[in-house]
Amino acid sequence: MAELLHVKDLVTQFKTESGVVKAVNGVSYYIDEQEIIGLVGESGCGKSVSQLSVMQLISAPGEITGGEVIFERENLLEYQPHGPEMRAIRGAKIAMIFQEPMTSLNPVLTIAQQLTEMLVLHKKMNADDARKKAIELLDMVGIPAAEKRIDDYPHNFSGGMRQRVMIAMGLSCNPKILIADEPTTALDVTTQAQLLEMMKNMVQQFRTSLVIVTHNLGVVARYAQRIYIMYAGRIVESGPTKEIFGRPRHPYTIGLLKCIPRLDEEEGKKLIPINGLPPNLINMPPTCAFLPRCSWKIDKCSKKPWPELTSVSSNHFIRCYVNTKEKKS
Amino acid sequence: MTKNTTMIREFSEAPPRVNEWRRFRRVFFQRKLVIFGLVILTLLVIAAIFAPWLTPYDPYIGDLGESLAQPSWTHLLGTDIQGRDTLCRLIYGARTALIVGFVTTITAAIAGIVLGLVAGYFGAIINMIIMRAMDALMGFPMLLLALLLAAVLGSGIQNVIIALAVATLPGYARVMHGLTLSVQENDYILAERAMGSDKWRIMLNHILPNTLPPIIVLVTLQLGSVILAEAGLSFLGIGIRPPGAAWGSMVYDGYRFLLSNPVLSFAPGLAIMLVVFAFNMVGDGLRDALDPRLRGVI
Repeated sequence: MAELLHVKDLVTQFKTESGVVKAVNGVSYYIDEQEIIGLVGESGCGKSVSQLSVMQLISAPGEITGGEVIFERENLLEYQPHGPEMRAIRGAKIAMIFQEPMTSLNPVLTIAQQLTEMLVLHKKMNADDARKKAIELLDMVGIPAAEKRIDDYPHNFSGGMRQRVMIAMGLSCNPKILIADEPTTALDVTTQAQLLEMMKNMVQQFRTSLVIVTHNLGVVARYAQRIYIMYAGRIVESGPTKEIFGRPRHPYTIGLLKCIPRLDEEEGKKLIPINGLPPNLINMPPTCAFLPRCSWKIDKCSKKPWPELTSVSSNHFIRCYVNTKEKKS
Repeated sequence: MTKNTTMIREFSEAPPRVNEWRRFRRVFFQRKLVIFGLVILTLLVIAAIFAPWLTPYDPYIGDLGESLAQPSWTHLLGTDIQGRDTLCRLIYGARTALIVGFVTTITAAIAGIVLGLVAGYFGAIINMIIMRAMDALMGFPMLLLALLLAAVLGSGIQNVIIALAVATLPGYARVMHGLTLSVQENDYILAERAMGSDKWRIMLNHILPNTLPPIIVLVTLQLGSVILAEAGLSFLGIGIRPPGAAWGSMVYDGYRFLLSNPVLSFAPGLAIMLVVFAFNMVGDGLRDALDPRLRGVI
């Protein structure tokens, strides 16, 4: 499949009173056409900020200070954040849906008004066609009696249904990429599963690539083809989903997987948490940010700066000096 | 996809619907004072519109032979020094009060909303300029500022409207500015930007509607105080020019005869009080009925 989006060395900083927060510190990743990738990391590791940077939706005091976002051979960061080129990309070419379905819809407008707005704006549809299309979309995302419910207000919908509406909105203009920023975090577990399944079917049908941003490895395990693990504003490991789960190589990934219960393990086995807290993103040391919490560390780690992503197999990369394959902790 | 999906539909039927309009009416008409206020305002509007048909007398030219008549069946509220029927002038005064009230409030509200929205949305230097100007205007007491402007511009209904509009403008701008700041932080505004909306669409279609309930309440409450301020200006003689009928100037004209003909001052005074009271009651009722915490309550 052809490469669709390539983010290179993206740096996004927030200037605060206590110093410069490097929320995204040289992140590179790519996504192919019709691919589903997962971007995993704990709170505050920069995963959402990296996605907002791609859309150029960072507002002050945040600033994108470096890198490239190559989409359809154009560098999106060369466009003005509020300019017409960028607006023509947002929603139409790259759409984004957010974590909180309860607050992501405007409470004073009906679902119809919000869903048709984008179709009229980007697809230049007339009101009747847009309404028909909107009903069709609601039906596809599994809203029962769509032609009646379309005139409801968001408060008439449950959280799961609102997130379905958001997905319908995201896909309404047939974008090339849908970025789902923690799409299921605010929903209960049963709804999560339905929603992810529905989302996968929808993006397949629309031939859309999907970026799932989550802190939950379980969410991406089943749907993503490749996974990027982020820590402290950088990608620390990337590779195909099977590789990441089967042969995790970065100590952070190994740690993450150890604190998830597995069905195929013997009973009574304890889950091992990762000790410590993620680092403060102000004044980060040049050495590996995971070092204070790492149980694999070697002398080299505290003497040399954080290494670049290096290949451990054909498309599996880690940012670590330790060969975790050979050494057992 | 809907055919072969294994997905479980969340609801097989729609949940009970809250009719927002019905809920609004129920809360709004719950209080007797609100209904009382509405009745007064309705009577006022009817009086203002149908003034020429409601009164047999000329409001401007009196019969000097009837000067300072006490209330009787021919003149229900008596006559003033020029022999003009008090009730008749009271009804024409309702016209003045309503015209000044509505035109001033609508002008000031629209200007204030635009200024507050623009200041809040764009922030930075634009915000600085607009809001500091508003603060400067707010530094003057409303009546004093109106007095000053009316004195500079001269009396007459347009000038009263301009003076009062300028004096009430910063209130709307302030409220709108604050509301814009809070509404634009919502996720749906970010979502809207992520969908490629431009700033004008976001401001007009998404921020403005979310700020309307408090603004509507403010407008209703301001109507009362604008009418009161107009009466004050007219009382001081820089409002409506004679022989125009304004409640404030009627109170002033009558107060020289307070002991002999108290109706001359009390009738317009009572009218002012009732109208301001009515607007405040309706404003309170609206505030309760538009309370977002009640949204979705059956």
